[in-house]
Amino acid sequence: MSWIRRHLLAFAALAVLFYMLIPNVVVAIFSFNNPKGRYNYQWTEFSTEAWQNPCGTPGICESLGLSLRIGIVASLVATVLGTMVAFALGRHRFRGRAGTNLLIFMPMATPEVVMGSSLLTLFVMMGLPSGGGAILIAHIMFCLSFVVVAVKARVASLDPRLEEAAADLGANPVQTFMRVTLPLAAPGIAAGALLAFSLSFDDYIITNFNASPSSITFPMYVWGASTRGTPVQINVIGTIMFLIALLVVVTGQVLSNRRQKAA
Amino acid sequence: MASVSTGAAHPLSTGASAPPERRRSNWVPYALLLPGLLWLTVFFVVPMVTLFSQSLQEGSVDEGYTFTGNIGIYAEALQGYFPQLLRSIGYAASATVLALLLGYPLAYFMALRAGRWKNILLVLVIAPFFTSFLIRTLAWQTILSDSSIVTETARAIGLTDLLQAVGLTGNDNLMASKFAVICGLTYNFLPFMILPLYSSLERLDPRLVEAAGDLYASPAQGFRYVTWPLSLPGVVAGTLLTFIPAAGDFINSKLLGNTQTVMIGQVIDAQFLRVLNYPLAAALSFVLLVLILLLVSAYVRKAGTEELV
Repeated sequence: MSWIRRHLLAFAALAVLFYMLIPNVVVAIFSFNNPKGRYNYQWTEFSTEAWQNPCGTPGICESLGLSLRIGIVASLVATVLGTMVAFALGRHRFRGRAGTNLLIFMPMATPEVVMGSSLLTLFVMMGLPSGGGAILIAHIMFCLSFVVVAVKARVASLDPRLEEAAADLGANPVQTFMRVTLPLAAPGIAAGALLAFSLSFDDYIITNFNASPSSITFPMYVWGASTRGTPVQINVIGTIMFLIALLVVVTGQVLSNRRQKAA
Repeated sequence: MASVSTGAAHPLSTGASAPPERRRSNWVPYALLLPGLLWLTVFFVVPMVTLFSQSLQEGSVDEGYTFTGNIGIYAEALQGYFPQLLRSIGYAASATVLALLLGYPLAYFMALRAGRWKNILLVLVIAPFFTSFLIRTLAWQTILSDSSIVTETARAIGLTDLLQAVGLTGNDNLMASKFAVICGLTYNFLPFMILPLYSSLERLDPRLVEAAGDLYASPAQGFRYVTWPLSLPGVVAGTLLTFIPAAGDFINSKLLGNTQTVMIGQVIDAQFLRVLNYPLAAALSFVLLVLILLLVSAYVRKAGTEELV
């Protein structure tokens, strides 16, 4: 009994972790299902059919491709713009600092449904068409703040004496930035880019307000499927995504551990 | 990936202290800021103005809208959808409290007790966050379905009766109920709670808690007067990052709820994209924004964390 008491915290922590991971386990198990009806909610029998043919349902891989393209472009643009803002905030004194911080903070304090619908009203009033371009604009907007925060945390922790040392050794500002500052800030930038990609790739609510019938992203495909019938391929792709995410996160951990040991 | 965790962990801390004076010329920061801030101004601030303007217009999607300054739309919006608005705040608050109660022990364990398991636990917390949350919410439909193991177990131990008695479910099932929606919301935003908690607990010096013990504080007192106050920045950031998206969410209420659990996001979505009543939808959206901003600023002031904007 006292052993249980001593490990109560560990049990609580594991129970919460279980709660967080059980949907992923269910998704993986049901990717091997062969459902009777259109919905893949009841276990029927084991089958690897969907794994052999992950694109076997019309539209699914097209939507996945669109989400990947939007995610890559949106995270690239948001990372470049966000990193610039983060350097300004972390490395310079200037007037309008508080206003800048507020503008960066606001999109994170606004519910997605408000951002999505307000962009819709902008595009309607400007007569801009909804679709891939509108989605891209929206994604860059809401990813930007998260990149700024991720990169700023890193930039703020850099030792300014390293840059001064480079300058003392005769490096010009561009050389100092390219050879010293940027490599040191790289982990923060990579983290920001990864976060931006995952936010963009996974967004449904904002995307939904700015999409057209010809721009169905993967989350929109899944949402549509939840009312039409869920193909097993959704679970296969969900499982593959989980495994890739696991791989990326583990690689990141190993890299940052190695960095720490080297340093 | 520790860097991801710290990155995701402080979306709200913008750092109070300005960096030291630099020798560079003073147009550089403005040049760096310009593209990003321009983007946010054009695609975040301006839309808020067009949203407000849209709410005061009359007309239809086909014939176009004209600005009439119809303030009455706000009375109509509040009268028609007050229950949904209130419900959204209630569900989001419940999910936030639940996420704090669930997230704190896990974050505490990871930060202070996990030892060499720390990194593995961190990976397991972050990884689901990178996988489609719609697919994971659909998985809850399977987990909570009427004949699932979870539902059968809940029936066997009398949990379904209890939930029905307190009004969280309407029958002896778990799906399509208040209970399922709040469970889903809690689940969905739990990582947003855990990561800020983890990062503020990780920076906590364990010697402070030991010192409290040396001064004859009981473990409970040590937690109450040392650990908890020092983790407050994480608590504030985590609760905001859970509450704000949860209040506007409509995925969970739509996939896991019923007609009695409709949240305000669901109404805004339907009014904009199906009913095509743009002014009413815009008014509701604006009301939600103002309500959240009021709640958040009152909360931040009360919590008094200087790390926040």
